[in-house]
Amino acid sequence: MSAVQAQPAGMFDCRDAYVGALEQLAVEDDRIVAVVNDSVGSSKLGKFRDRFPERLVNVGIAEQNMIGVGAGLANGGKVPFVSGAACFLTARALEQIKADLAYSDANVKLCGISSGVAYGELGATHHSIEDIAWLRAMREMTIIVPSDPSETAAAIRAAAHHKGPVFVRISRMPVPELDHPADFAIGRAETLRAGEAVTIIATGTLVHRALAAAATLAEEGIAARVVNMATIAPIDVEAVLAAARETGGIVTAEEHVVRGGLGGAVAEIVATHYPVPMRIIGFDGFQPTGSAEWLMERAGLTAEGIAAAARELVALRQG
Amino acid sequence: MGRQAGMERQVTGAMDEALVVATVRERANWMRRRSIRMVFEAGQGHPGGDMSATDVLATLYFGIMRYDPRQPNDPARDRFVMSKGHCTGALYTALAAAGFFPEEELATYVQPGSRLNGHPNRTYLPGIETNTGPLGHGLPVAVGIAIAGQIDGADYRTFVLTGDGELQEGSMWEAAMLAGHRKLDKLTVVVDRNRLQQGARTEDTNALEPLSDKWRAFGWNVSEVDGHDHGALLGALGQAQGDRPRCIIANTIKGYGISYMRDQAGWHHGVPSEEQFAQALRELALSEEEA
Repeated sequence: MSAVQAQPAGMFDCRDAYVGALEQLAVEDDRIVAVVNDSVGSSKLGKFRDRFPERLVNVGIAEQNMIGVGAGLANGGKVPFVSGAACFLTARALEQIKADLAYSDANVKLCGISSGVAYGELGATHHSIEDIAWLRAMREMTIIVPSDPSETAAAIRAAAHHKGPVFVRISRMPVPELDHPADFAIGRAETLRAGEAVTIIATGTLVHRALAAAATLAEEGIAARVVNMATIAPIDVEAVLAAARETGGIVTAEEHVVRGGLGGAVAEIVATHYPVPMRIIGFDGFQPTGSAEWLMERAGLTAEGIAAAARELVALRQG
Repeated sequence: MGRQAGMERQVTGAMDEALVVATVRERANWMRRRSIRMVFEAGQGHPGGDMSATDVLATLYFGIMRYDPRQPNDPARDRFVMSKGHCTGALYTALAAAGFFPEEELATYVQPGSRLNGHPNRTYLPGIETNTGPLGHGLPVAVGIAIAGQIDGADYRTFVLTGDGELQEGSMWEAAMLAGHRKLDKLTVVVDRNRLQQGARTEDTNALEPLSDKWRAFGWNVSEVDGHDHGALLGALGQAQGDRPRCIIANTIKGYGISYMRDQAGWHHGVPSEEQFAQALRELALSEEEA
């Protein structure tokens, strides 16, 4: 799991953008510190440690303490980026995230590394496909799931400048660099492709797959809108309502369980304000061992899976 | 009650010590009387722990710590973290006496919408460093504060009051281990060692002893004091810290100062009857006169 893997051509590991942005921030602002749970390597923070040895706090393998230490560093005037494998960072320390960060309004940034099923072969203990649901239940948590390297870097910068607790979900699965129509802003969705027949709202590693699905659908004469919902909380309510009103059907796609994540957030808005048919694509529950790509295919988290769901909604509307 | 003005440390020399002890004693007695009234009027609270913790808090706020209630977020302030967050009777009366909010507000304790929540909330009230209530949270946060100070070379001190039963939480030992590893020499933990947890004696539940040895093994200097002796507390809290964090085991008595509560697990949370309340005030007034 620690071996450096060559990326396919044109594909990138967002952890590199994360550490690049963090190092740049650290140069600009001496309040920036990194906090890790023996995760210097998996968080790719070796260079940060070499450049700013005093500003890397390694608490050892102790996630509850790590979150509390983060809150304390914020109390002492620091802007801590608390970084660890998403599965342990969130689940092991959930009460600390609730009491020390969200409820205490502590200015701490959580970076959940290798989120989703990136650790595919390691099994469900190491998959982090419940984290959005857990943290989204707390209104005070800002949750960002970047889709590519440039958005990851922008999200890290935005998190540093945002006052209050933020969770940034950082995958290691290879993704391409996307064309973003505007600068990243917390809470603002972006429409990556216009369309009126149906909307695909995707986040993180699913955004480029949603774009591929839309390209396939276009060949069939279906104009699918693609919305990149990089901020899950607070979610862009207007973008969701516009999709419901203007396209009449919404497919959501996320590397997360189908309960309580992006799909749940969109469904809450749609069901309350403007009911339209939806399809929520994600994992049904704990996943078996297997490569991340195999797990994604199995759950329909592919361009073809997304396109199939979109076709269903279009057929419903026409039916 | 008086106010803490400016950021001067309270203990300035041996000549003043008697005066400081007298001040701390007077405030501690006021805190006891005011907190038992608060619990009586509100119809809820944790009076047993309030009474065991009061002398430690009074010593910190009126004898040791450097703070200015008009600037509760001053970066140079000494910090106090109430890890045993349920003992709000002791905490709120200390903060009111120290001038962080008006004493009259104590009458609003746990009333709908009051800033005086059942457990302390920093977004409601000045003077609270982090929200506590679930046990095992305060020490990790205090360790983070002390690390920030260590990185900055700052000279503020960070104090934590933990219950003894609370030391059954694993997160406390995660934090203790890191504090020892990093030699956080401006961090002081006081253990409110009243030997009772909510339901029973600590040693009958999940034994803590040998407690001093445990802290020493984690890289701390350890002192033991009578947690109701203000002179001894001043000495222990004011002594040179050494090159590592310090743990002060304050041997206390749950319900101290009120005879029927004394050493009774049943008063972990409980509300005195009218008769018991009057008796508590009589006993506390008497001990004030005797002092």
